[in-house]
Amino acid sequence: MAFKDLPNDSIAKTIIVAVVLCLVCSIFVSASAVFLKPQQEKNKLLDKQKNIVQVAGIDLAGRTVPEAFKQIEARVVDLQTGEFADQVDAQTYDHRKATKDPEQSSELDPKEDIASIKRRERYATIYLTRDSNGNIEKLILPVRGYGLWSTLWGFMALEGDGNTVIGLSFFEHAETPGLGGEVDNPAWKAQWAGKKVYGDDGDVELTLVKGGVDGSTPNAEHKVDALSGATLTSNGVSHLVKFWMGEQGFGPFLRNLHKG
Amino acid sequence: MDNAKKIVVEPVFDNNPIALQVLGICSALAVTSNMNTAVIMCLALTVVTALSNFFISLIRNHIPSNIRIIAQMTIIASLVIVVDQVLKAYAYDVSKQLSVFVGLIITNCIVMGRAEAFAMKNPPVPSLLDGIGNGLGYSVILLFVGFFRELFGAGTLFGVEILPLAKDGGWYVANGMMLLPPSAFFIIGLFIWAVRVWKPAQVEKPDYQIHAVHRTEVV
Repeated sequence: MAFKDLPNDSIAKTIIVAVVLCLVCSIFVSASAVFLKPQQEKNKLLDKQKNIVQVAGIDLAGRTVPEAFKQIEARVVDLQTGEFADQVDAQTYDHRKATKDPEQSSELDPKEDIASIKRRERYATIYLTRDSNGNIEKLILPVRGYGLWSTLWGFMALEGDGNTVIGLSFFEHAETPGLGGEVDNPAWKAQWAGKKVYGDDGDVELTLVKGGVDGSTPNAEHKVDALSGATLTSNGVSHLVKFWMGEQGFGPFLRNLHKG
Repeated sequence: MDNAKKIVVEPVFDNNPIALQVLGICSALAVTSNMNTAVIMCLALTVVTALSNFFISLIRNHIPSNIRIIAQMTIIASLVIVVDQVLKAYAYDVSKQLSVFVGLIITNCIVMGRAEAFAMKNPPVPSLLDGIGNGLGYSVILLFVGFFRELFGAGTLFGVEILPLAKDGGWYVANGMMLLPPSAFFIIGLFIWAVRVWKPAQVEKPDYQIHAVHRTEVV
């Protein structure tokens, strides 16, 4: 019997229509995914570069983001030893994937896991710029931690001394718009510039406080005004700074850098 | 020709999918906190509704009725994935803000509703027009809601400052509630009210009415 003579509700026609429809749709979907992939990858990379350039406070001066990004060097750091891990290629190492991969990350003791990230990877990709003498001028360190609704992913930029903050910026989060979402507010982010991470005894002192910070606040250099109406997001930010600048994070690396 | 115009224009005010049929509310709450995302969402939904109507109508005589819903879903889902991929490639920033809501067009009742109610019974071209019309009806509401939410919530339109904010030294104190989803409910409610005052035919009959009973006096 020819196809067109089959009644619509016969089993044969039902199966034929279903199979053909699925095949056509899947070809359509996979073709669009394959053809658009290069453009999407480019966007993702550009977005990341833009974040890094912005948080480091690098003046674009008419250059495009990829041009400005050329002066930034990507390196991989071993978080356990706090040394550069040059056996890992920074160009191909997928840091984001490693944060979930059981082989490349280890579970954190709940007591140490103040940023609520559950697993910490062994190797982290960091970015740095050098001055004309080849000394490290700026360090851009990846940080993340749980806020109210979501994990905040961002970068913290430090001066070459490994103590003075240039900026903190998040490129991915899902906090409440207008409240916790104000972590993206340029006016709030501007407060971070010039703050100091470590106290005299080497502990992480930098934290968010309620009620505003001005010149008269004691230890103002370690304090940033919390976000109003967003206590849990603010706590999350305090915790992630404490974690990533501490012993489980980049603390050992920054100490090593300072020594040698 | 008049008929074609009617198919496109009618869903905008006379038979608006959100205001009259109260469909597709979820995304109307989620993506209207600023105009940029609202516009992209409107385009995405209009394209998906129009094309899904078109393709479903093309094969309507061959869809076995017992798998018709899943056949419609397959076409809608494929279109949504393609739209999502295109946005990721050419409008990356907006697609990041819209995040999951583009994918959720699959579950938008308007798309499904038009496929089932119109495209299954009409030829491809009127179905395409019907999809465009309903997309426009959805867009009218989204843009209306987005306009008020962005203007009063952030003092901007399309990211351009209109009302200088007090925190930046201007005079306008932003209404933070406008940026939260519940405000969209209020604005949609007011919109429906306004449309029904303008077109009283849309007012629904009350489900029940309390009748005045003439009490006979018991002696």
